[in-house]
Amino acid sequence: MNLSEKILAAHSGKSSVSPGEFVNVRVDVVLSNDITAPLAIKEFSRLGVRKVFDAGRVVIVPDHFTPNKDIPSAEQCKFVRDFAREQGVVYYEVGQAGIEHVLLPEKGIVLPGDVVVGADSHTCTYGALAAFATGMGSTDIAVAMATGEIWMKVPQAIKFIFNGKLQPWVGGKDLILYTIGQIGVDGALYSSMEFAGPAIDELSMDGRFTMANMAIEAGAKAGVFTADSKTLEYVKGRSSRKFAVHRPDADARYAMTYQWDASSIEPQVALPSLPSNARPVSRAGNVELDQVVIGSCTNGRIEDLRVAGRVMGKRKVHPGLRVIVIPGTPAVYLQALREGIIEKFVEAGAVVSTSTCGPCLGGYMGILAAGEKCLSTTNRNFVGRMGSTKSEVYLAGPAVAAASAVLGRIASPEEVAA
Amino acid sequence: MKLRGTVHKYGANVDTDAIIPARYLNVSDPEELAKHCMEDIDADFVARVRKGDIIVATTNFGCGSSREHAPVAIKASGISCVVAASFARIFFRNAINIGLPLLESAEAADGCAGGDVVDVDLASGTIKNVTTGKTYHAAAYPAFLLDIISSGGLIEQTRMKLQSAGKL
Repeated sequence: MNLSEKILAAHSGKSSVSPGEFVNVRVDVVLSNDITAPLAIKEFSRLGVRKVFDAGRVVIVPDHFTPNKDIPSAEQCKFVRDFAREQGVVYYEVGQAGIEHVLLPEKGIVLPGDVVVGADSHTCTYGALAAFATGMGSTDIAVAMATGEIWMKVPQAIKFIFNGKLQPWVGGKDLILYTIGQIGVDGALYSSMEFAGPAIDELSMDGRFTMANMAIEAGAKAGVFTADSKTLEYVKGRSSRKFAVHRPDADARYAMTYQWDASSIEPQVALPSLPSNARPVSRAGNVELDQVVIGSCTNGRIEDLRVAGRVMGKRKVHPGLRVIVIPGTPAVYLQALREGIIEKFVEAGAVVSTSTCGPCLGGYMGILAAGEKCLSTTNRNFVGRMGSTKSEVYLAGPAVAAASAVLGRIASPEEVAA
Repeated sequence: MKLRGTVHKYGANVDTDAIIPARYLNVSDPEELAKHCMEDIDADFVARVRKGDIIVATTNFGCGSSREHAPVAIKASGISCVVAASFARIFFRNAINIGLPLLESAEAADGCAGGDVVDVDLASGTIKNVTTGKTYHAAAYPAFLLDIISSGGLIEQTRMKLQSAGKL
């Protein structure tokens, strides 16, 4: 069995599972946020169940439109907060909360071998921890909250092997944009993506979170990594809960295997309006920008801010554009503050926001007007994603974002950083 | 169940931001969401759609976010079913769970144009384009999913299961 099959078998009381098989899976963590929890709570109450299956395993993080952006958002958050208090579930209030997919690993809530379901498509982020994690809708989450179980169809797996060594300034974002560029936005539809190879071994945990995060942008159900010493080092001391480390068998089945040479992959940019429109930054053309966003569940971790800070050096933000930096959690914010990175951003002329999903989905904190162009370290560049349907979003990693912030146009980190 | 409606036709990768933009997700009332359904790719949709109409699209319909608000908005707008060459997986689950019928058929997606009148028989998966006279067949649902659908959705199915297990 491959990694996903092993985890799903272990959670459905079976010795083995096969692609296409329907199974009822026991879940370790059930997640929702301020956008999706209201619907989930309404469906939960329709079930007639009074208490969630295990308050310690139901997690709610208000992060999308928080701190409350308007009155309806405030009402939604209040509704969710009241439910969280009444049920005693794991809940993070503004000030302790961060972007859910940065926060949960940091808090040791997700561990290797877990099955995690979340009412957010980027729940697949936790695949970086060798967990099987997938996004679902609010009704599914209501049932998982009530019963601790949910149905799944066992996905087929596709293996992605990255050989060679990473080029300077190339990180997880570049590898995943390259991958989606190669296979398309439905290239892994209904499948689990399994990442391996020397370049993956070399990649940091933060880089792996970024890659797993965007598995959904290829249509995948999950994006998983086998646990190694970096994974175990990451989870050490974060939780006292026992966990299981599963590994794919030597004869594991894969519907397909892709092998790429990572040393030939440049920093990438995905042009509007699909993440699959990826190309090397050197071929992105001369694109003048109105805004740069550095943050999100994709690239709002400490390594992302360090990379951006290194590229920026003591340079200023180009006068032609706005730069918005959003640390993923209060812990990331504090760490960046202590390392002097936040000071560097502010002195450069960037604005540093509290943790929120805000601009990524066109919520608030950086909405685009018609005709504006934004380069963002987020995960989607669909039409109208960050504002006007006549605005454009370009996706890239933090190194390209910082270089672009300095030069006011899409730029390679090589152009600014020594 | 037999449905008849006029086709609203879309291409590939219709994402959930196009179906219901995130700026409207500060509410979850179906009627409110329906007012903005398809707004960012088809500004006239809400004015044009009639009860019973059918959305037809090509590949990867409903890709992007997990927002259940997307099938909720489509259903509340009056659309009776969605026919596509393929569906994104979260959208597929969400639609099944809330009782918005989906039919997967690449041939039907190719063979139906905007404005065509189409008859759909959900039980047999037959899609008949009344305008062109051509008939197509969607893939049958596996028994596991049929049970959710025939129970009236995931909540109803779970409630029945909990009741028979004496847990309610």
